[in-house]
Amino acid sequence: MKPGGRWLRVYALAYLMFLYAPILLLPLFAFNKGTIIAFPLQGFSTQWFEAMLEQPTLRRAVTNSLIIAVSSAVLATTLGVFAARASTRYAFPAKGPILGMIMLPLVLPEIIVAVSLLVVLLGLGVNLSILTVILGHVLICVPFSIAILNSAFAALDTSLEEAAIDLGETRLSTFRRITLPLVAPGIISSLLISFTISLDEFIIAFFLAGTEPTLPVYIFSQFRFPQSVPVIMALGTILVALSVVLLSIAEYIRRRGAARTGTDPGGFL
Amino acid sequence: MAAGRRNSAWFRSDAAQGLALIGPPGLYALVVLAAPLGTILLYSFLTDGYLQVLWQPTLENYKEVWTDPLYRQVLLRSLGVAMAVTAVTVGLAFPIAYFVSFHIRPERKGLWLFLITIPFWTSYLIRVFLWKVILGYNGVVNSGLLSLGLIDQPLTFILYNVNAVVITLAHAYAPFAILPIFVALEKIDRSLLEAGQDLGETRFMTFWRVTLPLAMSGVVAAVLIVFIPTIGDYVTPQLVGGPEGRMVANLIQLQYLRLDNYPMGSAVAVTAMALVTAVSLVFLFLTRRFLRGPK
Repeated sequence: MKPGGRWLRVYALAYLMFLYAPILLLPLFAFNKGTIIAFPLQGFSTQWFEAMLEQPTLRRAVTNSLIIAVSSAVLATTLGVFAARASTRYAFPAKGPILGMIMLPLVLPEIIVAVSLLVVLLGLGVNLSILTVILGHVLICVPFSIAILNSAFAALDTSLEEAAIDLGETRLSTFRRITLPLVAPGIISSLLISFTISLDEFIIAFFLAGTEPTLPVYIFSQFRFPQSVPVIMALGTILVALSVVLLSIAEYIRRRGAARTGTDPGGFL
Repeated sequence: MAAGRRNSAWFRSDAAQGLALIGPPGLYALVVLAAPLGTILLYSFLTDGYLQVLWQPTLENYKEVWTDPLYRQVLLRSLGVAMAVTAVTVGLAFPIAYFVSFHIRPERKGLWLFLITIPFWTSYLIRVFLWKVILGYNGVVNSGLLSLGLIDQPLTFILYNVNAVVITLAHAYAPFAILPIFVALEKIDRSLLEAGQDLGETRFMTFWRVTLPLAMSGVVAAVLIVFIPTIGDYVTPQLVGGPEGRMVANLIQLQYLRLDNYPMGSAVAVTAMALVTAVSLVFLFLTRRFLRGPK
């Protein structure tokens, strides 16, 4: 097997470079003195980070996005727990079609989700706000939550729950004291990943937020003004650092959980 | 809630319990996804009045989508771009998935998958914008090639056209292609490969006749999971596509938010979804022989 490995390794490293190229450029331009995003660089400066703090719209966009992301993560994970439990433990009529419908947003272009919700909400006379964005974000986060929680629930040993019931626990206390702690790592990584997805989602927010800016909508609007792009580079650097930290935590917790239930830790998804 | 109500048969695989549990997420998807999708399907057959939708059933919207050269061109381009992106993404992803599955020690595989997925979780908008920086007139590629003396003047065919859209989307969807192929490769029983070689096949023939057919289920999944969402991508064509790179999502956005023509926008959206579904089904039909057999 091994002889072809060297070329594959070279290819793999080149591929990783391709994957990381845009992200590695980000801090270069964030700390670059020049206003134009192009080479050659103009020298080191932290002015764009300082300029970032003086943007009231940005502050509002961050607040909105955080509210939306936290709410979406909690709601999507709650729905995800129901669905993952149902899909890993029970056989019920129309299981395939129902789960298929719930997982559909995973392959449906987001613009379709966005316009169809927009049409219905406007038809019902609902005012667009961050609430309507949450509605859409929960929908697209649930499939990811289920994918993560499915493996957590599938790894759960049923005999532990049976033992608890035999020893006199009620079903509710069994769920709280046995099941929940065992799937907790899955729940935490589902929360973190839903949070990340919602924080980064643009199209649904663009259509459903009305006049309220979210972070990606704000970023998109700033791309039109070349002079505000360096500030966006600074913002992006912070966002990338933040998501790397969050994902590392999610991955660490998930691995520890997988180690506890004795299953093989795979990757995300 | 679902846990507390039931008194008997907690551990039996009970249809009622399953349905009670799937109820909340199922209803949510029904109300927030299925009903709205039904609504745009309905709207696509209605007539556009000025700033309102008239209850007059018509096929005019579809007729326009299929006969107007502008719509047809955008739809065909979207289809072409999505196919090109899929081919490039899956083609580039396969060797990586193969490398991680066959050449990386088991305890390091998780780390590789983590490295591959990290860029995917960082701001999509900013990544797309940075491709504009990389491919631009004064961009990384051009200044690099100029300073190396490989070209005399900046290349212009790499930004604000379909090529830029393909490169950017191939980058954005990389993990979606790698993960399913990796999972399929991991499932392959390694003794089959040894058997192939023991029976006198070369390494290449073993790959061609054993590994590849067994990995096809992952390749098929990767193709679908890249192809279906890319056709509806809005941000990439908008930022790096230029006027010649506009795709169907930009057209839908234009109809809904700029022209306020909901029936027309709905007809474009439904047509795009129908096209995607048709192409996917044809693809599944063509690859059906790889999907049968033991999982």
